[in-house]
Formats: sequence, C-alpha cells, structure tokens
Amino acid sequence: MQTQLSNILQEAKEQLKNAVTEADTEDLRIKLLGKKGRLTEILRSMGSLDPEERKTMGQAANSVRNEIENLLEETFANIKELQMGLRFKVERIDVTEPGIQTPLGTKHPITVTIDEITNVFTSMGYSIAEGPEVETVFFNFDALNAAANHPSRDLTDTFYISPGVLLRTQTSPVQARTLLAQKPPIKIISPGRCFRCDTPDATHSPMFHQVEGLLVDEGVTMADLKGTLDLFAKELFGSEVKTKFRPHFFPFTEPSAEMDVSCFKCGGKGCRICKGSGWIEILGCGMVHPNVLTVGGIDTERYTGFAFGMGVERIAMLKYGIDDIRLFYENDMRFIGQFK
Amino acid sequence: MLVYTEWLNEYVEVKEDIDTFCEKMIMSGSNIETVEHFGNGIEKVVVGKLLSVEKHPDADKLLVCLAEVGEEEPIQIVTGAQNVFVGAYVPVILHGGKLPDGTVIKKGKLRGVESCGMFCSPKELGFEDKVICAAYRDGIWILDKEYTPGLDIVEAMGLAGDVVDFEITPNRPDCLSMVGMAREAAATFGGAMNYPDSTCVKEEGAMTGLLQVEIKKPELCKRYVARIVKDVKIAPSPWWMQKRLMYAGMRPINNIVDITNYVMLEYGQPIHAFDIRNIKGSKIVVDTAFEGELFTTLDGTERTLEEGMLLIKDAERAVAIAGVMGGLNSEIEPDTQTIVIESANFFADSVRLTSKKLALRTEASSRFEKGVDPNLAETAANRVCRLIELLSAGTVITGALDEYPTKADPITIDVRTARINQVLGTALTTDAAADIFRRLEMETKVNGEVISVIAPTVRRDLLKEIDMIEEVARIYGYDQLPTTLHKGSNRADKTPIQILRSVAKEALTGMGTSEIQTYSFVSPKGLDKILTKEEDRLRSVVRLINPLGEENSIMRTTLIPNMLEVLERNYSRGISAVRAFELGNTFFNEVGEDGLPSEREALCVAAYGGSETFFTLKGLVEELLKKLGIEERNYIPEASIATFHPGRTARILSGGEALGIIGEIHPDVMDQYHIDTKVYCCELDFAKIAAIANRVRYYSPLPKYPATSRDIALVVQDEVLVKDIEAIIKASGTELLEDVALFDVYRGKQIAEGQKSVAFSLTYRAKDRTLTDDEVIKVHSKVLSALNDSLGATLREM
Repeated sequence: MQTQLSNILQEAKEQLKNAVTEADTEDLRIKLLGKKGRLTEILRSMGSLDPEERKTMGQAANSVRNEIENLLEETFANIKELQMGLRFKVERIDVTEPGIQTPLGTKHPITVTIDEITNVFTSMGYSIAEGPEVETVFFNFDALNAAANHPSRDLTDTFYISPGVLLRTQTSPVQARTLLAQKPPIKIISPGRCFRCDTPDATHSPMFHQVEGLLVDEGVTMADLKGTLDLFAKELFGSEVKTKFRPHFFPFTEPSAEMDVSCFKCGGKGCRICKGSGWIEILGCGMVHPNVLTVGGIDTERYTGFAFGMGVERIAMLKYGIDDIRLFYENDMRFIGQFK
Repeated sequence: MLVYTEWLNEYVEVKEDIDTFCEKMIMSGSNIETVEHFGNGIEKVVVGKLLSVEKHPDADKLLVCLAEVGEEEPIQIVTGAQNVFVGAYVPVILHGGKLPDGTVIKKGKLRGVESCGMFCSPKELGFEDKVICAAYRDGIWILDKEYTPGLDIVEAMGLAGDVVDFEITPNRPDCLSMVGMAREAAATFGGAMNYPDSTCVKEEGAMTGLLQVEIKKPELCKRYVARIVKDVKIAPSPWWMQKRLMYAGMRPINNIVDITNYVMLEYGQPIHAFDIRNIKGSKIVVDTAFEGELFTTLDGTERTLEEGMLLIKDAERAVAIAGVMGGLNSEIEPDTQTIVIESANFFADSVRLTSKKLALRTEASSRFEKGVDPNLAETAANRVCRLIELLSAGTVITGALDEYPTKADPITIDVRTARINQVLGTALTTDAAADIFRRLEMETKVNGEVISVIAPTVRRDLLKEIDMIEEVARIYGYDQLPTTLHKGSNRADKTPIQILRSVAKEALTGMGTSEIQTYSFVSPKGLDKILTKEEDRLRSVVRLINPLGEENSIMRTTLIPNMLEVLERNYSRGISAVRAFELGNTFFNEVGEDGLPSEREALCVAAYGGSETFFTLKGLVEELLKKLGIEERNYIPEASIATFHPGRTARILSGGEALGIIGEIHPDVMDQYHIDTKVYCCELDFAKIAAIANRVRYYSPLPKYPATSRDIALVVQDEVLVKDIEAIIKASGTELLEDVALFDVYRGKQIAEGQKSVAFSLTYRAKDRTLTDDEVIKVHSKVLSALNDSLGATLREM
C-alpha cells in the first residue's frame, strides 16, 4: 500500500508536469482525488486494515493527498498565469495613439471674458442688471449728463432708429434705468452689447461689449472706488499687478479717472503690449455725478456712488494677445476653439 | 494740444526735467499722447555761408557751391536745390554728419565733382512738411539772418526742445492754449504765472470814423472786438516766433498772420485780420447767410452756404465765415497797409454745425466749437497790437470797438470741506483745500468750513460744488487718496434668465456645440436669402437711419441668416464639421409702451458635416430642453416655411406655446450659401423657454421590482407618425407601462410599398410587485389591439 501511494504521487507529479490546460489539470484532479479517484479508492480500502496500520497508512495517505493538492493548486496557478500572459500579449494596444474624443464645444471668448469680469463683481455682491440694446436718447445721453450738443450724439457717431431712439453706445443707460427703478443701496454691473459708428478695422468694431458697474450707498468714497477696482484688477490679471488712477473726463462721473494696470505681460518693464510704458489703460471710472443721481430721484447729500466701465474686447485682446478685433465676429471655429 | 516747453516757460517756470514734468502733468489731469524731442539726432550740421554758386560742368540741374563752414578752407558742395545764392546762410551737414532720421552723409562725387557735404532743408532737420513756410518747402533752408559760419545749427537756431502733445478733454477747452496749459503747470508745480504783455507803449489816432461794428445776430455772436493797425509792413516774422509756431504745428506765413496765430495759441482766442481796403462801407456786420449764397474762402475754394450760417459781412457782401475761415476777398496781401484785427466770440454750436456742413475744420473753428471765454476777446486783441508794435509791423490806432451784448460774469461756488472728504474719503482741512484753489489762480474766501471760490470765466466747466471737488482731487493727487473698500454686505442673486443662459451655454458646449457672436445689425438681403415671405413677421424689421452700409442696415429678427453665413465661412475655410449656437437678441418693429421696439432673446443651434442628421440635432435640442426643464415637448411637422425642407421640419411646442422651429435647411436656401452638405438648424424663442422653464427637480424612488420588456415591430402606413403610435401605446398601456422606446424604422424588402415597419421596446413594471406573465400578456395584448384598432397596425413577422 505504501508503494501504491508512492507510485500515485510519482505519477501525479509527472502527469501534472505535462498538463497545459486547465481542463487537463481538472481531469487529473478527478482521476486522483475525485470520488472514484485512485487515492480515494485507497483511502476507502483502508477500512480493512488493523487500527495501528490504519493510523500509519492514514497519515501517509493524507500527506500524499496534501502534496497532490498543493501540486494541483500550483499547476492551476501556473497555467492561469501563462494564459493571462498570452491574452495580455494579444490584447496589447499602443497607448500612445491619440484618444478618441468627445469634443466639448467652446464658449465665445467674449462670453468667457464677460463671465470672468462679472464673476469678480458678483462675488463682491454686485447683481447683474440688463437693459435694452435699442435705447432712448434720454437714457443713453440725457439722463447721463451728456451735453445736449455733444458730438457723440451726432449721426456720425451714434446709430439712430428714429430721432429719439438709438442703438445704445454704452451700457450706462442700464445704470440710469436702475437709478430710476431702485433705491440705494444699488450695487450692479451691466454687461452687454454697444454700438458706435466705427468702420471695422483691426482695432474698431461698430458693435462691441462693455461691462459697467455702479455702487450707490451712504458713505461711498473715491477711496472705495480705488480699493474696489484695485481688487478687481488683481483678481483678473494676477495678484502682482499694480493700479494707477489718472484724472480724466466723463460726463456722468466727477471726479473721473482712467485706471491703468501695470503690464501683466512684462511686469512693468515695458514691452510691445504696453507700448513700452509699463502700464496698460483698462477702464474709465469716477464718482457718479450728482446730476445723474438727481435724475434717479436720489438724495445726493445722503448718498454718493461710484461707477466704472470697461471694453470687453479690449480686455480679451490684451489677455489673449489677439491683434485684430474682427476675429471675434468672424467666428472661425479654429479661433473660437482656442478658448476651451 | 502741442506744447513747446521752452515757450511754456515764458508763462511759468518749470524746473523739473521733461520726464518728471510729463508724469506730474498726467497725474494732475493733463494726459499726454506723445512727447517729441526736437534737435535730437542732429550731428555735425553747422551754419554755412555760401561764397560761390556755379553750374555743374556735366549736369544742368546741379550746382557746385563753395561754402564757408568755420574751417580753414571753404568746402565744396554739389546741390540739386535751386534756391541757393551767394551770401545765403544755410545749414550744412559735414562729412560724417547725421540727420534726425538716421541718415549719415559722406563725402562723394556727383557727376565727377567732389561734394564734401550737403545743404539741408527744414524737412531734413526734422520739421514736418505742413509747418514749413512756402519759401523753402521745396528747397534749402535759407536762414533768416547772418550767423557765424561753423556754428552748430542746433545751437544757432535753438532747435533743441521738447514738444509735448497733450490730450485735451472736452470739458477743458481753456487748455487749448499756452496760457491755459501754463496755469495747469503752475497749479501742478506751484509756480507763479507771468501773463503775456498786452499793453502797447505807443498808440496813435482814434477809431472814430474808421469802422463800425454791428452784431445782427446776438444769439450767435457773444462779442466782437475790433482794433485797427495802420502802416503795416508785411514781412516774415522773426525766427523765434516762427519756431514756436512750427513746434506748435502751424506754418509761418508773414508777420501779421503769424501774430494772429501766435495769439490764438497763447490764449486760445482765434483772431482774424482783414485788409481794411476790402471792407466796403467801413462797416462790419455779423449776420447769417442766405440759402445757396456762394463764398470763396482763403484757401481758394468756392463754397455754397446754407441759411443760418454765421458770416462776417461788410456793407455789401460776406468777407468771412464767422469763426471758421476768412474770405479770399479780404485777405492780407503784400501791399496791405491798414488792417482790422477781429477778436470775436461766436457760439460753439453755430461754428460746429457750419464747420461740419462745409467739411471745413480750422484751428479757429475747432476752438470755437469747444467754447471760448468771451472775456478773452479784448485782451487777445490788445496782445495782437502789442506784438505788432514789438515786431515793428505797424502803428496801432488807439481804442477798440467792442460789441459785447451780454457780459459773462464769473460765478462764486461754495465748497464744504466735509463734502470734499465725504466724496473723496480723505481728511483734508479747509486750509489745504483753499490752498489748492489758490494754486489754480482762483480767488477764495474762507468762512468756517466753507470755501467760497470765484470760478474764472475761462473755466466754463466749473459750475457746481462737485466740479470744485474734482479740482481738489486732481491737484491733491489721485495717488494720494486712500485705498479702501466700501463697508456694507449684501447678496447678489442672478435672475432666472441669467441662470438659464449659463445652464444653456454649459449644456450646449458640453454637447460639442461652440458659441458664436454676430452683429445685431444685418443686411436685409439675409431675409431674402432664407426665402422669408413678405408677410412673415420676420419682415417686421427695425431700420437704422444711418447704417454703415446696406449690409448693416436693419436689426435682425432672426439669428438664422447670420448663422448660415458663419457656417458658410467655416465651410469655405475647409472646416468639415461644425456645431454652433448663438444666444442673442432679435428686434421687431413692434413699439411698446416705452417707445422702443420689442427685443426677444433667441437661441439658434445649427450643425453640418460629420454624421449630423435631423435626428442628431433634434437629440441635442431635446437634451437641452430637458436640461432647461421643459418637460412637455411636441414636434409638429411643418411644411410651409420656405427656409426649411418641407418634409424635414418641425415646430416645437410645449403646452400649446410655440418654442421654435427645427429642420433641415431648404435646398433652395442652401443654393444661396455655398455649403455642399446638409445643414440642420433650430431657432428657439429663448425668452419663452425661460418663462416656462422649470428647474425644480423631485426625486422618484428607484424601482424595487424587476421589469419585463416586450419588443414589437409594427407595420403601418408610411404617413403614420411615430408620435401618434407612441401616444396610443401610452394611452393603452395602463400604469404598468413604464417606458416606450423606438429602436428601428424600416422601409423596403418584405414591407409593402407605402408602409413601414416601426419597432418599439415596451417596458412593463409594477411598483409594488413582480409582474406575472399573465399580467404582462394581458396589458400587452390590449396595447396591440388598440394599435390595430386605431391605426390598422399589424405585427410584423420577425
């Protein structure tokens, strides 16, 4: 019986060595350890042995069984590894091939720029106000303290629908409408389309976009204007930029200013973008003229306010290095696709 | 406004270097466009005295000259200029010398004759053509008098100087003058003003009987001052005056004209001089033109005037267009002996309109149209006389005619210190503020915390307290103001439509659609190109009175023509597939209560190329509408819109509201746009969508019990709509029918002509139990019999 066991083990070893598939191995398992397997038969026949011998043989048989089980497990594992290796070899792909894309569309760079600007101000508590693009002369000029004979009112500068109706030349009429419709505190920005009689060229477009802002409340000062716009410039162009406020003239603000930012391309050393000056003019601003507040029925002694306005195209051109304003309205997908 | 700093220094002493000067002037409110440094880059150019001028032996058009240039021997120079003569003093550039444009001159031979340098024209030394006087515009600069030969030309003529071009804002016409800019510099740097000398030492005779002045239109002429100068000797003005005029951008003409221009630049008061011989009847009348009146201006152009244009006339005829340009008929001539100096003040609008209508802008008109202080007129006239005396150009007659119907008086403005600080966020004292006004040459009277400031009439922009606060702010310095943030917190909500716009744009870009932006004003041809019918609402357009051109002459009523144009452009540039959208306003000539045409926000989505079909675009629009919360969406076939393919177009409705249109662009429209592939396009009324959009979401519990699905293929008549089949399935499927989904439509083999096979997958499920086969069979049979009853649909053998 001992010899039988040794033979079984020996044969099992050799047969397993030759097994190449999982099925071969499974067959062997059944032949050896199955209900009718050779080792099972031996174990079953052990009932006829005397107790002492049964014990010895039992131990021997169990040891062989364990050994065969280990061998089987090892064989299964080896075969599986081999098969997976083959499979992976067949299934290998060149991961450096380009990906198959689900293309995203792109928002227009003007929208992207307006969103960036408005997000800075909405985070400071400014609401977005809107108004008609076809406006009255009253809201576009009169309510904004524009002189009755100001050349900007001429047919050569402004598009008219009728003598009293025009295409707004600025988004400021939204400010005038808001001043009439609301009571302080008023805190709005108004992005939108504007129109002026400019023949299109690399730097002019008869249609363009502005974002204007207005804050009217008690205790609003020019110092607040500086602080707010300085914060805005740092948010939009980077925390390292500096701002400079120069006196200027606008009819609806007084005192008025233009704000320059230190050139965000060269850091103020002077380059092509800032035309060597180190500074770039970004926006116009000022304290809301009392005449404008009065049109809105606001007590100018109690309330003060500031307003600002900027050209979206100009900012987008500066930020992205775009050299021709007409590109915005050609809508070449290869241009728009660059602003993902 | 060109400001030559050497000239400015005559009125106020500025010690700062040019860079500091510019920086500080900018910060006090005088913005600068450019700075030009004259005399820079001129090397080895000296005064030369011509000793001989002879013909070149081998060239008719060349002259061989000998010039004394301060060296031991005179040098020989060959020139092509014809205005040189023996004894003339001229600029000579020597061998190795350099001109401002970088040109280096070297010795050489011209037609075999050695030339050791070159004579220079004013242009070569850096002057623009328009400021060079007629005598040597096409030749060599003949210097005005004797200079030591060999003297550096920059030194001899005082050419070194900085000219600053200031940007003058419309509120500050007073700064269109040297005196005005000097006042700004004085306020900025704290210097004292030296006003020009306008008092003659010697005057003779009297005005009596020489001239009369009558203002017939006081509503157009505020003031008219006339003075007379006799024994006029017309000659060139001295070089110092010529140089100042040239650096200020004006061309020297003769002493009298130059003086009038000089005073205009000094004070900003335009001056005109007439030859009294040509003033008929010794009378000046300020009156308007009659319609169609012909008048020849100084530039020799005959102009047709309109009624209402203001003229200066004599007893018989017009002699000048007031404030714009004088007439050829009263021009100063070389033999002029007695002149009338006009220093008048005309209304800005009148001059502006006349100048614009005649397309004639002059230094005078551009000043009048911005506004001139009428109180300057007399001073300026006197200054002209004083300069004539100084230049010995004539004898000044005592007295002036001064018609000044309504005198302009200065106003007093009270400024409260507390208000200054309230607006600026500063803590200025009353004294500090009052000091700023004094630096601005304004009289002040302090009464407690209130400063009463007399605003000079030259400062027409100062009317209210806020105007004075601006003066304080700019002289104090914007950079000196504190930088703070306004205290006060509030919340900012986006309006529903603002949120929906963002949602729509995110959804569309997420589905591979890119945003375009196109002009709001379009060509009327666009509506023709998309075959819009005459009676269509889209023809109710808003027209511009003054468009840039026909192609931008109406406001758009639909986004489709612009979209097709953009697609055409992309297609022509070789882009094979595009998905694009535009969200923007359309305008209809339907005037509302506010007097404005109605504006409707529209959304246009379109696609071509790739695997685009009607159904890819419809799928995209469906996904968008679901995202926007439009729960009910119906598609009704539409065959009557000429823009679209009659068999491939649908109106989109929700709860009876028309949301828009979707379809394939009609082949006839495609012929107008050069795209050789199908274009699918959808235009939605975004305002309406926003009004019915529902962005509120509720959770439905996930199913606990399994579903059973049944696929059916129905054979129906070709005209039967999927929508109608679905409706019958839904109506008969009871609450057990969870979903019905189309998965195939087939026409062809095995299906009779005029019919189609439509395959659906039906899903049945109960909320509270697993459905038994019997239950499913029962409801499914009901569905099938309903389909058969209503549509004659039969099951296709599969």
